[in-house]
Amino acid sequence: MSVVSELSQVRKKGGKRKPSALHKGDGKAAIFFLGPWFIGLVLITAGPMVASAYLSFTDYSLLEAPNWIGLENYTRMFEDPRLINALKVTFMYVLISVPLQLAAALALALVLDRGLRGLAIYRSVYYLPSLLGGSVAIALLWRQVFGADGLVNAVLAWFGVEGQGWVSHPDYALGTLMILNIWTFGAPMIIFLAGLRQIPQMYYEAASIDGASKWRQFRSVTIPLLTPIIFFNLVLQLINAFQTFTQAYVVSGGTGGPADSTMFYTLYLYQKGFASLDMGYASAMAWLLLAIVAGMTAVNFLVSKYWVFYND
Amino acid sequence: MTDTVRDHAPSPTPTVVELSERYPEPEAKPSYWRSRTRSILKHVALIAFGLVMLYPLLWMVASSFKPDALIFRDTGLIPTEFTWSNYSDGWNALLHPFSHYLINSSIIVFGSLVGNLVSCSMAAYAFARLEFRGRNLWFAIMLMSIMLPIHVIIVPQYILFSELNWINTFLPLIVPKLLATDAFFIFLMVQFFRGIPRELDEAARLDGCGHFRIYFRIMLPLSLPALATTAIFTFIWTWNDFFSQLIFLTRPDMYTVPVALRTFIDATSESSWGSLFAMSIVSLIPIFLVFLFGQKYLVKGIATTGIK
Repeated sequence: MSVVSELSQVRKKGGKRKPSALHKGDGKAAIFFLGPWFIGLVLITAGPMVASAYLSFTDYSLLEAPNWIGLENYTRMFEDPRLINALKVTFMYVLISVPLQLAAALALALVLDRGLRGLAIYRSVYYLPSLLGGSVAIALLWRQVFGADGLVNAVLAWFGVEGQGWVSHPDYALGTLMILNIWTFGAPMIIFLAGLRQIPQMYYEAASIDGASKWRQFRSVTIPLLTPIIFFNLVLQLINAFQTFTQAYVVSGGTGGPADSTMFYTLYLYQKGFASLDMGYASAMAWLLLAIVAGMTAVNFLVSKYWVFYND
Repeated sequence: MTDTVRDHAPSPTPTVVELSERYPEPEAKPSYWRSRTRSILKHVALIAFGLVMLYPLLWMVASSFKPDALIFRDTGLIPTEFTWSNYSDGWNALLHPFSHYLINSSIIVFGSLVGNLVSCSMAAYAFARLEFRGRNLWFAIMLMSIMLPIHVIIVPQYILFSELNWINTFLPLIVPKLLATDAFFIFLMVQFFRGIPRELDEAARLDGCGHFRIYFRIMLPLSLPALATTAIFTFIWTWNDFFSQLIFLTRPDMYTVPVALRTFIDATSESSWGSLFAMSIVSLIPIFLVFLFGQKYLVKGIATTGIK
């Protein structure tokens, strides 16, 4: 199961292997092959991480040297109503749109499974929005479709319903972004489809010999065997959704409005760090983001013991 | 073939016997028709759902050929009045012709492609094939770096690149790729390399072949599918990337397609959706082409990196 399972296996494989004649001189070769990656790790990833940790304890605006202020950035965060609002908006977005997106992905994967004719075409059509969904072009399209003079209102008008500017209304703007996220269910759907294909056919045969109905087979064979995939998709999509930026930025015209209703956490971080040049505060926000994402993932793993079924 | 069957076998052909054995006639008929109707209904529902999903996209394509005044009133897909002017207007609506931004984006995409293909495959070779001290530890660090949110490092990166005077150049967007910071692709290629039989490169080792030649002459040619997947995802992610391009490119002549597209909102009045749609479509065409021709690798890439 991808990166996650790989990481948990690293330790198991750790046993010392005997150095064989074939691997003499591997150390030198490793320096050559890993050189670029290692420089990147130090200069582009690890170094900036350390710097960001340091900056989070300072007041820094790029123009003057950083000024050590201890925990002030962190205490400030808990008194910053806009930040608390940004957390609320982001959590609402994540906790509502991710489950709906995965439900859509799973439902469509189940319908498309098992030798449906034209599977490849349906799969492509449903996957296309996933590919385009993160682009500025689609976010701009959303701005029009859910705008006052947009496509949605034109369709509503057929039914005599008078719509409104959905993206410019504080109660609905976030909803349009959730719809955009649900619209991109194609990528998790493909992962579900691949997972469904790995369930051995004989389980279904055995179940139907025992007289299990289709629904019973679904509940007792398909779902349990699919839980690792559901879990993987959930972890992945939660992490991704929490970092959504482009859609909120473009649909709100960079403001997070109306009335901060689409002020995602990353958008607020961007505004603080790169518009107000409050880089110390932005760094502290980045560490809170990391803590939240790591915390969410950890909780997921803890809870997974109770519902994820590993066949091996 | 049917002729020979008719000539030499007066009894029903073997295949027919087999079929009727598997599907006994009396029972099969009603359930056949029921399942047939069900499957037709299913297809109708799936097609309808697909149309609803793609409708905004199709409508955007159609609207890009409509005069502005028609876009709001006309929800249909076939323009009642057809015009190319949105494309010519949109092309020149910003400070630079749109080709300028397309070229900028292409430069970054090209640099990222070369960077990811070379640096990630090299690192993957080391992790998949070489024995060196601390390999498991470095491998674990590499895996963890995949999951690191970019926001944690973007502020110091910005400071570093501005110290180097690299802001408003393409270097902050290309150099990291040359240093294999898109570790996801290292992982993808390690997975692929592990599937290549070790006997191949061990035999080459015994014949005195050096690691670079094994990497370049054996592993890379056998890994074309993994390289294609890497290239396709690099292309799409870089072309669509907005966050880092917005941060590192602030001068209009350095704008890429996504950053330039965004400025449409400020540069043109709300009523000129036509030219905005036209340029949005121009910006999506490369992705769409990759989607058309690279589907096999896209689906495989998602499926294989998703599961084992």
